Amino acid sequence: MDWGQILDNSISAAIRPNAIIFALAAIGLNVHFGYTGLLNFGQVGFMAVGGYFAAISVLEWNVPLVVGWLVGLLAAGGWALLLGYPTLRLRADYLAIVTIAASEIFRLSVMAPTFREVTGGADGLSGFNDDWNSLNPFPSGTYGIGFLKFSAAETWAIVVGWTLVLLSVLLVYLLIRSPWGRVLKAIREDEDAVRALGKNVFAYKMQSLVLGGSFGALAGIYFVSQQASVVPSNYSTAQTFYAYVCLILGGTARIWGPVVGSMLFWAILTLTNDTLRELVANDYIPESIMDPNQVGQVRLMLVGLGLILLLVFRPQGLLGDRRELMLEPS
Amino acid sequence: MTTSPGFTKVAIDPFDGVAEEAGVAKPDPIVVADGVTRRFGGLTAVRVDHFEIQREVITALIGPNGAGKTTFFNVLTGFDKSNAGRWTFDGEDITGTSGYKVAQKGMVRTFQLTKALSRLSVLENMKLGATGQAGERFIAALFRPRWRDQERQITERADELLERFTLSHMRDEFAGSLSGGQRKLLEMARALMSQPKLIMLDEPMAGVNPALAQTIIGHVKTLADEGLTVLFVEHDMDVVRTICDWVVVMAEGEIVAEGRHSSIVANPRVIDAYLGAHHATPLDRAEQDRQLAEADEELSRTED
Repeated sequence: MDWGQILDNSISAAIRPNAIIFALAAIGLNVHFGYTGLLNFGQVGFMAVGGYFAAISVLEWNVPLVVGWLVGLLAAGGWALLLGYPTLRLRADYLAIVTIAASEIFRLSVMAPTFREVTGGADGLSGFNDDWNSLNPFPSGTYGIGFLKFSAAETWAIVVGWTLVLLSVLLVYLLIRSPWGRVLKAIREDEDAVRALGKNVFAYKMQSLVLGGSFGALAGIYFVSQQASVVPSNYSTAQTFYAYVCLILGGTARIWGPVVGSMLFWAILTLTNDTLRELVANDYIPESIMDPNQVGQVRLMLVGLGLILLLVFRPQGLLGDRRELMLEPS
Repeated sequence: MTTSPGFTKVAIDPFDGVAEEAGVAKPDPIVVADGVTRRFGGLTAVRVDHFEIQREVITALIGPNGAGKTTFFNVLTGFDKSNAGRWTFDGEDITGTSGYKVAQKGMVRTFQLTKALSRLSVLENMKLGATGQAGERFIAALFRPRWRDQERQITERADELLERFTLSHMRDEFAGSLSGGQRKLLEMARALMSQPKLIMLDEPMAGVNPALAQTIIGHVKTLADEGLTVLFVEHDMDVVRTICDWVVVMAEGEIVAEGRHSSIVANPRVIDAYLGAHHATPLDRAEQDRQLAEADEELSRTED
């Protein structure tokens, strides 16, 4: 058993692009669910819209990647308006239904042979990230602190990614501490009361949906940029719920909750994965109980078990305030 | 109130010469509603021909359960749609205007079931009530200097009101940790943050202990003395008697009587509304015969 290696992997998993992508997606969900009380079950749809539009605008319209990023963000804003307009006047559950359905519609549409010319069908798209690579200021080599070692490409992705996360956290912090954020939190508590105080609740919910969706899109755009391809199978509905797991793990309605949660989620996922693999490989766990192919499933079970324990013993998440949670309107 | 020596303050009764009948016109109305109808399927919940609220007095809207008081209230404040009718606030047509705009115009309401914003502090609840905040706009919110001064003023005003409503000691607690009565006070104080012209209270005394009810009555009186118009829905006739200048009675969706408290309690239509028609007056012979004949006729018609 190489415990050192397992620990290395787990810690670097908390820093690698996956943690960044889910941190960004969960920051968006935090704006929706944590602060405004909007149930968005289709965050992955925003990621997909952002990612696809960024890729397509580079490949089809030959714009620089930076412009592609903006196109992706704008498209996600439009997506939010499209989904929000009919649903935000209705009860909260309608938004949940529409967002989850819309994210699936988008995924299945880009997979459809009809749009193959533009979207690449099930194979997706690649070859749009020359700009990403050419912008990389790190000469090839290995970078890192202590035992953490990353290639030049990884380092570039990590630096860009964490900068985006920090800027996003700063933006959310500035907004939430303001009177605008106060209105959002009040809507989460009781929107009729807020309406009775002269606030245009619909407009605030729409702003929240667009803002949180843009963070989702940013996650998607960053995802496709650093991995140099966009594939429909990466946008299954499960991704939304992983982002929710990150959010709840870290603590809802906490500025750093989604970030800490995402780092923890990926560290735990890697830790359980590597530990199980080592245990199976070294015959601590006999083949009759589990073979190496089952590790992937079992680790998710363990994460699920961990979540249940978390909800029992620390329902407010890592950074949450238990007192606040107890006041949840019933 | 201080008055100069040598003069005795004579209260001018704004209702001098106003007939005590349903739908009567008032000398200086702040709200005028005409033909307001609200139907839910086959049920007509509200059918108000004409209704006015006199400015700067306390008007009570009473009536038995299911009379349509809250529905009428909701329609006027933009929280429900009407099927017909027009109504104005302060001379301006606000028919069908959405709730938040009505509130911005100075017609603010509270709810029968108190809506404290639980996971916001008491102070935050109060600050939310202030209208026209620069920091509530998305872009301006990002730049603190754009709203810092206004926020300070709002906080000062909130603290004054909290002091007045004896909630200062709870200032930084979550509103969810307040008692039921404190929530009622908070909701009233919060509504006042917007400096309304008309405050509409939906059963402010419901589920409140008698001592606190007295406190709330005191606050309502003070508001009216300060020039605010108050309309409130209430069941307790004692409360209505103590503070109301004018009473409006609804039953089965219609306004059946209006007047001062003294005339209302003697009005047979009001007693009918509350206790059912002809509850205590024995029918005289002629009336009984007439009703029987009517019933017979009805029966024979249906048999044909």
